[in-house]
Amino acid sequence: MQSDDVIWSVINSQFCSYKVKTVTQNFCRNEYNVTGFCNRQSCPLANSRYATVREKEGVLYLYVKTIERAHTPARMWEKIKLSNNYSKALEQIDKELIHWPNFTIHKCKQRVTKITQYLIKMRRLRLRQEPKLVGVKKKLDRREAVRERKALSAAKLERSIQAELIERLKSKAYGDAPLNVNEGVWQAVLDMEKGKGKEKVDGLELEEDLTEEEDEDELEEEMEDEDGWGEREFVSDVSGDEDALSDLEDAASFGEDDSSQDEGSGDEESEEEGRPKKASLGKRKAPPKPPRKGPEKKAKRGPRVEVEYEQEMESVPLTKEMLRDW
Amino acid sequence: MPTSRFEPSSIKNKVKREEVARKLKKSKGQAKLQKRLAQAKAEADNPLLKKKRQAENVPRTLDNTREFDPSILTANPAAPTSSEPPVASTSTATQQEDQAEAAADISSDPFASYFSGETDPTIPPKVLVTTSKKATRVTYEFCEELVSVFPGAELIRRKKGKGYEMGRIAGWAADRQYTHLLVVNEDMKKPNAITMVYLPNGPTAYFKLTSIELTKSISGHARPTPHHPELVLNGFVTRLGHTVGRLFQTCFPPMPEFQGRQVVTLHNQRDFLFFRRHRYAFRSTEKVALQEIGPRFTLKLRSLRKGLPAVKNLAERPQDLEFDAFEDNAEGEKPDEQMAIDDEQEHGAEAQEQPQPKKPKKTLPPKEDQYEWMWKPELETTRRTFFL
Repeated sequence: MQSDDVIWSVINSQFCSYKVKTVTQNFCRNEYNVTGFCNRQSCPLANSRYATVREKEGVLYLYVKTIERAHTPARMWEKIKLSNNYSKALEQIDKELIHWPNFTIHKCKQRVTKITQYLIKMRRLRLRQEPKLVGVKKKLDRREAVRERKALSAAKLERSIQAELIERLKSKAYGDAPLNVNEGVWQAVLDMEKGKGKEKVDGLELEEDLTEEEDEDELEEEMEDEDGWGEREFVSDVSGDEDALSDLEDAASFGEDDSSQDEGSGDEESEEEGRPKKASLGKRKAPPKPPRKGPEKKAKRGPRVEVEYEQEMESVPLTKEMLRDW
Repeated sequence: MPTSRFEPSSIKNKVKREEVARKLKKSKGQAKLQKRLAQAKAEADNPLLKKKRQAENVPRTLDNTREFDPSILTANPAAPTSSEPPVASTSTATQQEDQAEAAADISSDPFASYFSGETDPTIPPKVLVTTSKKATRVTYEFCEELVSVFPGAELIRRKKGKGYEMGRIAGWAADRQYTHLLVVNEDMKKPNAITMVYLPNGPTAYFKLTSIELTKSISGHARPTPHHPELVLNGFVTRLGHTVGRLFQTCFPPMPEFQGRQVVTLHNQRDFLFFRRHRYAFRSTEKVALQEIGPRFTLKLRSLRKGLPAVKNLAERPQDLEFDAFEDNAEGEKPDEQMAIDDEQEHGAEAQEQPQPKKPKKTLPPKEDQYEWMWKPELETTRRTFFL
């Protein structure tokens, strides 16, 4: 029935599903193999008298083959629990495998030693704090890399840093005598501060001025109204036109402003700062100068003949004012 | 949908079709150009128009359509009066209350001592920089650069073996008056994460670390000087963001040395923290020149823990049995630590596990991690959800 030689000849020369062939020697993957090698002595299939040691959940068992049960492979192995104590386990093997070949006894004992050692190591490793291993999630990494790239381009890092630094400079976060700012630049900052202060004061004065000026405006408009039919249209033009004209009027008004404000005219910064302010001034101040307005109004109608009109018209309002002044 | 208008694609003849299509395209382009020219002219006359258009025509970005987070604070914790999220603007009273509460909350956080000026503002905080176990050259190079960034930093090589867990090192460093512990983690021979511990009592922040550029690989870089740098922390708005920002801020001495003209930036954009270091020069009142010093890298917050990193002392002996004097029924043995192996999942459970320090000098790490915040993919319900 159970013919070891036949089995071994098949396994050795034909095929065994547990056999792993390598260049130097063959191994066995059968769980009951006591050595792991594929040879006649340690083959669990081709030996009707066989014993091995296995570990199940930390407990050692000696497995002994009962060849009489070969027809029921599930119940072929007799399982004997070995003691937790290593030396006692060895004695147990000696007792169970009395009269067995030395090879089997020796290999079983070797296996007990090996299993006991790896169980000890396992327990010791469990007690140590090991870094937790986390899987690499490629998809997530890729997604985050893309988002990071987009966030970086949305951040406009240099610009935001520059803005922050400028703000610190202007808010005087660097103290009164900063070590990290050029003298020229710092002077400009100080001038700007001064300019702002001045502007506020000027603004107050201007408002007062404006009231007067507006009064004058109204007066003059009324006067112009009285002048004749044609001029009514011009008046309405004036209000719309003022913005465009402001440049010219600025130029005219510069002299006055500078004299009144006493600004440090040396710095470009202060001038730049002053300009918008002056522009606004110019707009406001523009109305009281009818001599200029008149010609420009005309210019709209016939740009080419500007010069002539200018002269004509200039003379008219001039006479009015001149008369008053004289 | 039946097209009532003329489509050149309906023309059968290819030559004609192409010609018509070309003309159509050109006329469209021309019309657009004319429109733009007219607009430019109108705006040149009236700058108000341009301002109005620019004010109205704001593109929708992830940043300005971000999902409202109730923990969004003001931009500046010091002055809680400026920009508040529009949602809260309905009732100013509750808003102010919230702000006061948030300010009180912030002023009582673990970093408060740094900001209250208890320490000498010119002495840089001591920062201990170390790596994970078995680090390689790349990580050490990165650490060297980190050390050059933080004025009070020091690199100590990580020892292997038991007893050199992160929590234990943190406790050791805390006893030696270090204020921060930076652990650069290495994976696949590349630095991939930074753990930042505020000593002595936490919090511990864990960042993912990406896109590292060392100084030498930045073209036209400047040389660093040992001056204390200025700090720019941009875009931290939520409570969590403030915690991270303050954690970072406390690594630097409170009083920068302006003559160094160095500025360290941590810019938060969509939860990515971009680290940069520059030297600046003011060219005029409107212009700053920047020269990068390096290194640059990007951080992303992954978790924030309350105390120091936990050390699970699994081999510790369970406490001895204690017997009461039969006044009340005897309490059993404490649940021994040895059996509680690998229960990382139930970290929030025990808060009182932290052992009482036996000597006042000794700082002991806790046995269980207590997470204040942890990133999970599920948290990002939309792309507009940001946490910092």
